[in-house]
Amino acid sequence: MKIRAQIAMVLNLDKCIGCHTCSITCKNVWTNREGVEYAWFNNVETKPGIGYPKDWENQKRWKGGWVRKKNGRIEPRIGSKWRILAKLFANPDLPEIDDFYEPYTFEYEWLQKAPELEAQPSARPRSLITGDVMTKIEWSGNWEDDLSGEFSKRSADANFEGIEKEIYGQFENTFMMYLPRLCEHCLNPACLAACPSGAIYKRAEDGIVLIDQERCRGWRMCVSGCPYKKIYYNWSSGKSEKCIFCFPRIEVGQPTVCSETCVGRIRYLGVFLYDADRIKEAASVEDEKDLYEAQLSLFMDPHDPAVIEQARRDGVPEAWLEAAVRSPVYKMAKEWRVAFPLHPEYRTLPMVWYVPPLSPIQSAAEAGKMSVNDGMPDVRSLRIPMRYLANLLTAGDEEPVARGLERMLAMRAYMRARTIDGRVDESIAERVGLTGATIEDMYKIMALAAYEDRYVIPTTHREDNEDAYVLRGSGGFTLDRNTNGSSKLNIFGGPKTTPRRSPFMDVST
Amino acid sequence: MEGFLNQLAFGWFPYLAVTVLIVGSILRFDKAQYSWRSQSSQFLRRKQMLIGSNLFHLGILALLGGHFVGLLTPIGVFDFFGIGHGFKQMMALVVGGIAGVAAFIGASLLLHRRLFDSRIRRSSSKMDILVLFLLWLQLAIGLATTWWTMQHLDGSEMVLFMGWANGLLTFNPAAADLIIDAFWVYKLHIVLGLTIFLITPFTRLVHVWSIPIMFLVRPGYQLVRSRGAVRKPSTTPTHGQPGQAPTYGGPSVLRGEAESAQ
Repeated sequence: MKIRAQIAMVLNLDKCIGCHTCSITCKNVWTNREGVEYAWFNNVETKPGIGYPKDWENQKRWKGGWVRKKNGRIEPRIGSKWRILAKLFANPDLPEIDDFYEPYTFEYEWLQKAPELEAQPSARPRSLITGDVMTKIEWSGNWEDDLSGEFSKRSADANFEGIEKEIYGQFENTFMMYLPRLCEHCLNPACLAACPSGAIYKRAEDGIVLIDQERCRGWRMCVSGCPYKKIYYNWSSGKSEKCIFCFPRIEVGQPTVCSETCVGRIRYLGVFLYDADRIKEAASVEDEKDLYEAQLSLFMDPHDPAVIEQARRDGVPEAWLEAAVRSPVYKMAKEWRVAFPLHPEYRTLPMVWYVPPLSPIQSAAEAGKMSVNDGMPDVRSLRIPMRYLANLLTAGDEEPVARGLERMLAMRAYMRARTIDGRVDESIAERVGLTGATIEDMYKIMALAAYEDRYVIPTTHREDNEDAYVLRGSGGFTLDRNTNGSSKLNIFGGPKTTPRRSPFMDVST
Repeated sequence: MEGFLNQLAFGWFPYLAVTVLIVGSILRFDKAQYSWRSQSSQFLRRKQMLIGSNLFHLGILALLGGHFVGLLTPIGVFDFFGIGHGFKQMMALVVGGIAGVAAFIGASLLLHRRLFDSRIRRSSSKMDILVLFLLWLQLAIGLATTWWTMQHLDGSEMVLFMGWANGLLTFNPAAADLIIDAFWVYKLHIVLGLTIFLITPFTRLVHVWSIPIMFLVRPGYQLVRSRGAVRKPSTTPTHGQPGQAPTYGGPSVLRGEAESAQ
């Protein structure tokens, strides 16, 4: 057992209103630059729909994620290392920018500068790549918002697998949900595995997956490797870029920008303690439906003394252990089992999890044809098909999703009985395998969702990872030179120098 | 005058070009690695890329390897193995011809899309276009030389060029004199090739240094970076639940307990 800690995210889709505030604030902070106009580190999709980029969940087409070979080992779906190198010159599995969309702006200035004309001046769209006028915008980052477009097109959604989807094209049976997406900061990232330069890495201290912009050579294999298509090739700089989980904010204990600005309070950030020694084993289980449980088994109980001792030995700071106990994401994922990984069948062990949305019950219930316990309908009669959610969150296994939704309904029923009828009904909690106290905790975190309950982020202990003595006084004016006189070899900056005295020497204070 | 020009182009220019190539590449790698990339345009336009890029890269790598081995290996080595000059000339002609045609078709496709696809044209720097045009021209001239080579299939001309290249490698000041009578097409090919060496550090061509062979020997797939802990945090296994008991490495006493004991 080797314990590492990661800051992970849970999104409560039951509360997402699809307002795109997360996407906009993220864009304004991180991707408002030439080359990544088309890139949304965070985007919100309406499901069902083929998404952004087009058809991203169809791994037969894009070859993202991992496959388990006959001998039980896993390798990236785009191929072994040799196969990846063979695609270096031209990668047949790479999406084109049109699969995302051609970025554009409008001729706003013309509206102000236009002379008197016979017709009203109009702001025509212009491509941000070529500068040419675009006669018609055919696709964009959020083309399918709120089910816009025909059912025949959005029904190409890969999550309809195993569903008689035709009936959902009828107006009375139609359904939708929002899916905000960002980099999953996986435990077993396929982008990283596919990077020939070794530029992508996972940070040991908080699990954030980053691309070293200096080492990236623009081979573009990560774009293919990532099954969530959350790596973006900057066509201007020639480097790949991705969501950085707002690490400068996380390091000082602040939530990511998308979380901070979420008006629906749907996002949760907290610590998972995971067993780094068993990542490969968990990602390699034979049955795809077991991947959800396998990943859960990696998340260690922060209350367990053996886990705590091991974590301390492995250098997890004390504040992180404390945060792990209060972690909302651990509670939702492992204790209450209401949060699920997005597409565990990709075998990347994603670390951004989702609470599935409840939806209105079908009309049958209103007609009294369905049993309703304490106002709790059968979750299988909800408008969003259970199989659809299961295809999205548990590799098609409906049972865990149904149990999660039942618990959320039970939370409503229990709290309704308590606050309206003034009756504490333990039997509601027992029916879904919980206790009243647990439901109260769920209510506090998931329904009330106070700021300090949603974001339990321990600050990074830089003093454990960097030499704080050397860092002192480095106010930024020294640029890449350390203040204690040490420097790396630099052909413009003279030889490599090391400080004459040990930075570890005792300093009287 | 002709002797001086010959010495300039084939005696001195090669050293300048190779020095700039190597030193310039090191300088750029050290100082501006963010600019070190292949700058692929496949993402902007897939058309013509799959065939064009594969043909071009495979062809040009074969040509590069062929020129290095063919020119820099001392002729004595071939003689030792009993490889006749005519045979070597024939091999170079056939293998180089095939690779050259492949690379030329690829380069033509790539140049066509770079010049006439507005997305790629607008996102290209002047250097991007220049370097691709020079490579295309170099391939065209290289292919053109085969016609003159066919006039002397005994390999005599080839041996002269090998002697010149070997002479440069051994700092023989008379190396350039060996090829003073060579046909001008060959000379143009050499000068243009060296010019491409010269400008390489200032173009995207530097990505040739970054062929990611190390990927194949990378153990496993995953990479985890820690900041390189300078000091392992105190790992003394202590005592109690996190957040309740302070752990300073020794047996700890909660403040409340300590005070109540007084």
